[in-house]
Amino acid sequence: MGIFPFLVVAWIIVAGLYGIVTSRDLIHTIVCLIVVQSSTYVLLLGVGYVTGGAAPYFWDIPVGTRAVDPVVQALALTDVVVEAAVTALLLAFAVQAQKRFGTLDPSQLAPFKG
Amino acid sequence: MTARQRLWFFAIAAAGLVACLLWAFTGLPGFGNYPGPYGQEILRQAVAQTHATGVVSAVNFEYRGFDTVGEEFILFTAAAGMSVVLRRLRKERQTEPAEEAGTRTIPATSSAVRVAALLLVGPTAVLGWWLASHAQTSPSGGFQGGVILASAFILVYLAGEFLTFRRLSPVALLDAVEAAGAGGFVAIGLAAIAMNLPFLDNYLPLGQYPGAISSSGTIALISFFVGIEVAAAFTAIIGELLEQTLLRRA
Amino acid sequence: MISAGLMNTLQVTVLVLVAAGATVVVRTRSRIRQVLALSVYGMLLAILFLAFQAPDVTLSELTVGAIALPIILLLAIAKVRKREQ
Repeated sequence: MGIFPFLVVAWIIVAGLYGIVTSRDLIHTIVCLIVVQSSTYVLLLGVGYVTGGAAPYFWDIPVGTRAVDPVVQALALTDVVVEAAVTALLLAFAVQAQKRFGTLDPSQLAPFKG
Repeated sequence: MTARQRLWFFAIAAAGLVACLLWAFTGLPGFGNYPGPYGQEILRQAVAQTHATGVVSAVNFEYRGFDTVGEEFILFTAAAGMSVVLRRLRKERQTEPAEEAGTRTIPATSSAVRVAALLLVGPTAVLGWWLASHAQTSPSGGFQGGVILASAFILVYLAGEFLTFRRLSPVALLDAVEAAGAGGFVAIGLAAIAMNLPFLDNYLPLGQYPGAISSSGTIALISFFVGIEVAAAFTAIIGELLEQTLLRRA
Repeated sequence: MISAGLMNTLQVTVLVLVAAGATVVVRTRSRIRQVLALSVYGMLLAILFLAFQAPDVTLSELTVGAIALPIILLLAIAKVRKREQ
């Protein structure tokens, strides 16, 4: 159990990148980008986990009980919400690209040719 | 370059990437054996220093408040950029939406969806507001509360009332609220500078005992501002995307 | 408090499901099906974060993955499809 979560992280990164490379549709590319970003959340939380630790909220457990790391949770938390907004911006660009070039196929969009 | 060549290049590059990742991961101290002193130190000190029982929110808005200001401005910029791109798209359009819709129609919203959505608007708004204002006590905070508050507006649209949705959230109001949220966060930090304290220092009274609503000083206030900013940003994003997808109803 | 052994089994199961979910999302070619797959993947991620003792991140991922992202994606797909016709 020592390294298994990180193997899953590596798998998700490679799967997402494979989707981006073999994509024939800009919207499919953007969703694969979301998948790659989600691997970083798993990595952050996997690094901060303490075996047998509780969630770092001391409303009903006494201060000083073993808890997982709160700093990586704070980072992952803002990450998740900001990713949605950035995805929306990318989708707006995709819509604009379709209006300009008439297609969403990356291999036919002029800047991406080749 | 054909697709097969691209795939071979990707296979080689991915193999290199996986090798580097595995090399990095075997250097980590293993899952569950987090050694770092920073997290443990914060866990020891946070409740006593800030009177906030939700340590993650305390880290977000107090110990790492500067990072959160940056993240919030990423959100603000993304929403603003989206508005700019899509509003220009709307002005360049030559045909009217009615002509573009043609003979395409959508079925009327079913009564079940309307009732369910309209019934849920109130509780969702209350839940979002509760989450945004309780950052210091439990797993909640400005970011989650803001998204849920935005979804209360989206439920109005899902009930089939796009015009009501637009009337409830006019673009000018959304822009103003978003700016107030982002600016309010920075203003709290600058007020600390005006008092000769470091930027984003916690200068409000800390409250009697940890976990109360009025405890933890600036954390609750910052969380509220973040909540309204995120709500306005997401409602603006959805509103922009909805502007051009009007169809005639059957 | 859940015993350490049980928590390990839950974490391993959800990790495997998350890896499978990522593969499914990437391999789906149809647009709307991919959005639905992404929704399910978001829910699996939320369960994983809960198993990692992070309720705040779970809440964020649930709201974003089940509400915000699918709506934004579906609206963008509708816009694009309208222009393609």
